[in-house]
Amino acid sequence: MKNKEPLILAVVVFFSLVTYYLVEPFAHHVLHKKVVDAPSEGFAYTDLPAMTKTGNAAAGQELVMNAGCAGCHSIDVADMPAPMDPVMSAQSYGVNPPDLSNAGAIYDANFLADLIKNPAHALKVEHKFDEAQGQMHPMVAFYGMGGDIDQEVADMVAYLQSIAVKPADVTPAMAFENACARCHALGYKNATQLGTKPIFKHKKDDLAYDIQVLEYQDSLKAYMGKLPPDLSMYIRSRGDDFLRKLIENPQHILEGTAMPRVGVTADAAEKVIEHMKDAGDPKRQEREEIGMNVMIYIVIFAIFALLWKKQVWKELH
Amino acid sequence: MAHFTKATSIKDWLDQRLAVEKLEKVMMSEYWIPKNINFLWAMGMVLVITFALLVVSGIFLLMYYVPTTADAFNSVNYVIMQEVDFGWLWRHVHGVAASVVFLIIYIHMFTGIYYGSYKKGRELIWISGMLLFVAFSAEAFSGYMLPWGQMSYWAGMVITNLFAGGSLHADGFVEWIRGDYVPAQAFLGRFFMLHVLLIPLAIMGLIGLHFGALRIPHVNNQEGEDIDFDKEAKKYLDGDKAGSKVMRFANDFMSKDMMVVGVFLIFFFYLVFWNYGFAMDPVNFDPADGLSTPAHIYPEWYFLWSYEILRPFSIDLGLILFAFAQVIFVLLPFLDRSPNTVPANRRGLFGIWFWLMLSNMIVLTAMGKLPPEDPYSTIGFYSAILFVAQWLLLPVITMFEKKV
Repeated sequence: MKNKEPLILAVVVFFSLVTYYLVEPFAHHVLHKKVVDAPSEGFAYTDLPAMTKTGNAAAGQELVMNAGCAGCHSIDVADMPAPMDPVMSAQSYGVNPPDLSNAGAIYDANFLADLIKNPAHALKVEHKFDEAQGQMHPMVAFYGMGGDIDQEVADMVAYLQSIAVKPADVTPAMAFENACARCHALGYKNATQLGTKPIFKHKKDDLAYDIQVLEYQDSLKAYMGKLPPDLSMYIRSRGDDFLRKLIENPQHILEGTAMPRVGVTADAAEKVIEHMKDAGDPKRQEREEIGMNVMIYIVIFAIFALLWKKQVWKELH
Repeated sequence: MAHFTKATSIKDWLDQRLAVEKLEKVMMSEYWIPKNINFLWAMGMVLVITFALLVVSGIFLLMYYVPTTADAFNSVNYVIMQEVDFGWLWRHVHGVAASVVFLIIYIHMFTGIYYGSYKKGRELIWISGMLLFVAFSAEAFSGYMLPWGQMSYWAGMVITNLFAGGSLHADGFVEWIRGDYVPAQAFLGRFFMLHVLLIPLAIMGLIGLHFGALRIPHVNNQEGEDIDFDKEAKKYLDGDKAGSKVMRFANDFMSKDMMVVGVFLIFFFYLVFWNYGFAMDPVNFDPADGLSTPAHIYPEWYFLWSYEILRPFSIDLGLILFAFAQVIFVLLPFLDRSPNTVPANRRGLFGIWFWLMLSNMIVLTAMGKLPPEDPYSTIGFYSAILFVAQWLLLPVITMFEKKV
């Protein structure tokens, strides 16, 4: 009798694959049309004017000192501490302004230049901060120190780049902490908006820390409209395509969101995502390694099963 | 009292007390299986292996899972996935097996329908199989509640709402099921109990019934041939192994079972390590939040076809048709009026009925996941009507089927 099994197998595989295609890739495409179709220019930020001047870091240093940046921002590498603690800062500005030590390595240069001149524009939060209506962004725009403003801005960016670590030395944790962690907690990395939570000996101290976090979160809630979510499992609940596009331009994915465009470089964005993988999927390497070993074991099992069947069935035909 | 003699071996000692030799014959070496079968007949063994994987992985997960609304999500996504050695492996095995078990169940079911394996004394095999399907569905649903993510919560909300019975507004009944006004601690606790104790017990009992129901009528074969098992078994035992139409369950058929299991496990572990996303919905990696409804709520893929029979209609009609879809498969042996036990392709109209039913259920499955907007909702609406119409027509088309 003709062996029908290959045909039967083909039929089973065909119907299974059609079902899989329809409920997975196809349905994903329809359900997440907005994310799938969202434009991406690979963190080129072409909407921002390109810098035309070459910056001078020494001049930039002086400008940063005189322009009042340090009135809100700390610059740890230059021994400039924060004027207020994070909770007080958040009460004043809504969110704790970032330390600028490594800003030059994490954020795109054109973005930094535009941010200095027009924060709400660079951050894409003009729908929230409309100067004409008196809604001022908490970061004050730089209106120039009397010289060519473009040259001055280029100098300040050059200064920030000169004090930062080399872009290649930015770690995933540094990128995430600088760009995301002042709004988003990362519970599975034990990170609050105030940083990594220390281990306290006394419960009283532990609770006192939690109260600080809650107070910070109250300011943040008032500033953002709601508490930005804990991102521990976002690598699995959203996936890296969603995250990459959201980070590049939040308005493309969540129209009208209060989340600013943070202006990270393409390289820093990948590091942010890697840090989120470390938080939500830290066993990914182990999964690959063990997966290979299990496959080898199962293939050997299947070969022995096949040989056993052949031996048993020899007498049956 | 039975007469016992001094045992000559451990086997003899056991045999006098448990009749192990007889048992071995009944269950293994003289449990006769037709030779004219294909790999689809091994799906039963594939299901046994998958169920075993579910039980073993479930036991490991049970050691660390915490069934409270405050800790459930983190106990799964942090403790099991990150802190426990190989916890991630057990969870992925459990999650993927829970999905794949339904793929195999559907293949097993459609194999039974195609070859007419629910007829002529095999009705109880079919009915116990469908009861197993119901039990597995309840097991899958209750398990889906446990990680207490957004889909757990909202699926729990939607499915328990069904028990309000539409216009009957039996809201008190829904509260009684939930133990609260919304899915909360009481709800999670009872679904945890159902998932790890009551339903697994029911499944194990039903598997026993399913196997028992199979023993006397024997399994069907590829051509629906009526085999004289006693005659063919004698031929086999007399040494004409090649000439007999039957073979032993063990080791003859078992060796083929294991070969199919081997191939299946390659596929299964590929999914576990490299393609598990289909079995673990991304939305469920957001913790449950009763104040934030996900943009799209849909069940796991294996419930989508029946979900799509509910969704296109007004609530009362939808519920009636949904209930119809849940029970109608059980009645198949009685709705099929034809005396023929042969493959569907040789049964004229029934052949068309079979392939249309299979294809339409895949269409329903796809539409069940897609958002309820055109053209998907229109396709789903007509597919659901076609599904019901096919079942209503089944007794008619099979009544006039010619004997082959």
